[in-house]
Amino acid sequence: MIHFENVCKNFDGKQVLAGVSFDVVEGEILAIVGPSGTGKSVTLKHIVGLLTPDSGTVTVREGARIGYLFQGGALLAWLTVRENVSLPLRETTKLSEDEIARQTDEALKAVGLEESADKYPAEISGGMVKRAGLARAIVRHADAVLYDEPTSGLDPVTAQTIHRLIRRLNAEQKLTSVVVTHDLAGACSFADRILMLKDGCVVLVATPEEFLKSDIPAVREYVIASKGEL
Amino acid sequence: MRITRETSGENLFSRIGRAGRLMVESFAFAPHVLLNRDARRTMLFQLYSTGIRTLPVITVVGLFTGMILGLQVGLALRKFNQEMYLGAAVMITLIREMGPFVTGICLSACVGSAMAAELGTMTVNDEVAALEIMSIPPVRYLVAPRMMALLVMSPILAFYACILGVMGGGLVGYTQLNVPFAQYMASAMSIAELKDLFTGLLKAAVFGVVIGTVSCHEGFETKLGAVGVGRATQRSVIISFLLILMFGYMITRLFYFDF
Ligand SMILES: Nc1ncnc2c1ncn2[C@@H]1O[C@H](COP(=O)(O)OP(=O)(O)OP(=O)(O)O)[C@@H](O)[C@H]1O
Ligand SMILES: [Mg+2]
Repeated sequence: MIHFENVCKNFDGKQVLAGVSFDVVEGEILAIVGPSGTGKSVTLKHIVGLLTPDSGTVTVREGARIGYLFQGGALLAWLTVRENVSLPLRETTKLSEDEIARQTDEALKAVGLEESADKYPAEISGGMVKRAGLARAIVRHADAVLYDEPTSGLDPVTAQTIHRLIRRLNAEQKLTSVVVTHDLAGACSFADRILMLKDGCVVLVATPEEFLKSDIPAVREYVIASKGEL
Repeated sequence: MRITRETSGENLFSRIGRAGRLMVESFAFAPHVLLNRDARRTMLFQLYSTGIRTLPVITVVGLFTGMILGLQVGLALRKFNQEMYLGAAVMITLIREMGPFVTGICLSACVGSAMAAELGTMTVNDEVAALEIMSIPPVRYLVAPRMMALLVMSPILAFYACILGVMGGGLVGYTQLNVPFAQYMASAMSIAELKDLFTGLLKAAVFGVVIGTVSCHEGFETKLGAVGVGRATQRSVIISFLLILMFGYMITRLFYFDF
């Protein structure tokens, strides 16, 4: 579905990605973890073409529709939740009003936001903003969804709701998901595989069980530090 | 053009090139703005807010510009006993130069600054990138309606500023310099040619496009969060001021030299 081959990226002479290679398999949930500032968001932005590699290649399956959930939700402040979610349909398709309303309601229902659909982004909580952003990302029947820290700044219960939502959408809508997160315990609960980035390199890609048992020093350090939080 | 793709160079010429492309692209979307219902609604809202935001300021600025002109020119004319030409002098200065100029300044301060701040905030909040990912061109969705609104509203406001300015000049002439209002108006109307009006309105339209281009461009190039938004706002006003002066000169040179 998504293929990174030896991707390098510099910003003003500072190397952020130093030869990153990995694959995202169709239908899986890949979690990307790693310390702050190691280029996790930069990696996601390469997938959708917001950034282009200095060297190496990023390939995405031909014709794949990709939804992107930004860290802050990136909803438009002057539109209601419903209008935000229907925006991609309205602006990029020629569907009838009824059809737009139907698909919008479907997406809102998928994330459980029917009730707050007519509120403005400033009037709803952080968790709801993320869910609205998610509804907008999937409303055009995305093939893959990229999540940039979908649970940062949320309480553990809401975070768990979002994790379940990621899992459920992935199964129901046959999505491929890439989830950048700082929540290792959460990642272990929903991800098929976990990828660790550090200093612009892939340290390890493994299933959650293997990841927790790994004896690579950087991974061990990360796992132990995460356990300390619990 | 992908707004959010890494900018291809920081030097002056590549910035000017990007701003120019932004302007051209926004005009390429003009038919969309006129034909698409949602886009038309956005443009009407922008027209309305452009007018409303600027109206109080431009009313005062237009009136006082005319009054200052009336007083200064009137005092000079009085030395030569030529007060009867006060109307002509005020009128010609206003419609050719001062009307469009003060409109540009007011629009840049009242509307351009807000546009740069709004688009800048959207840029740093990834909202512009989100539009791009959803295959909604930000130029079409955000810039084109604003550009059209400025293009249309700027000449209207300039015309309004001229009317108020002429009234202000007449008021000063009548109260301070004993120029009868009828004489003032007769003199004013005798000199005004259609060409003056058209060049004046053309100037205002150009200023509107300059302000739209500069403000939207600065907004999209915003980096570094809130600090960047502040800087983008400031830059949009300064650059608009400078360009308004330069384009004002160039248009005058083009239309009033060698004719
Ligand atoms: N557009 C950009 N211009 C310049 N530098 C950038 C840009 N985007 C990212 N960087 C730099 O790249 C590095 C990695 O950024 P990135 O946002 O990918 O980190 P991250 O792994 O997502 O961290 P966090 O967990 O804090 O979100 C940072 O040092 C950042 O300053
Ligand atoms: Mg990040």
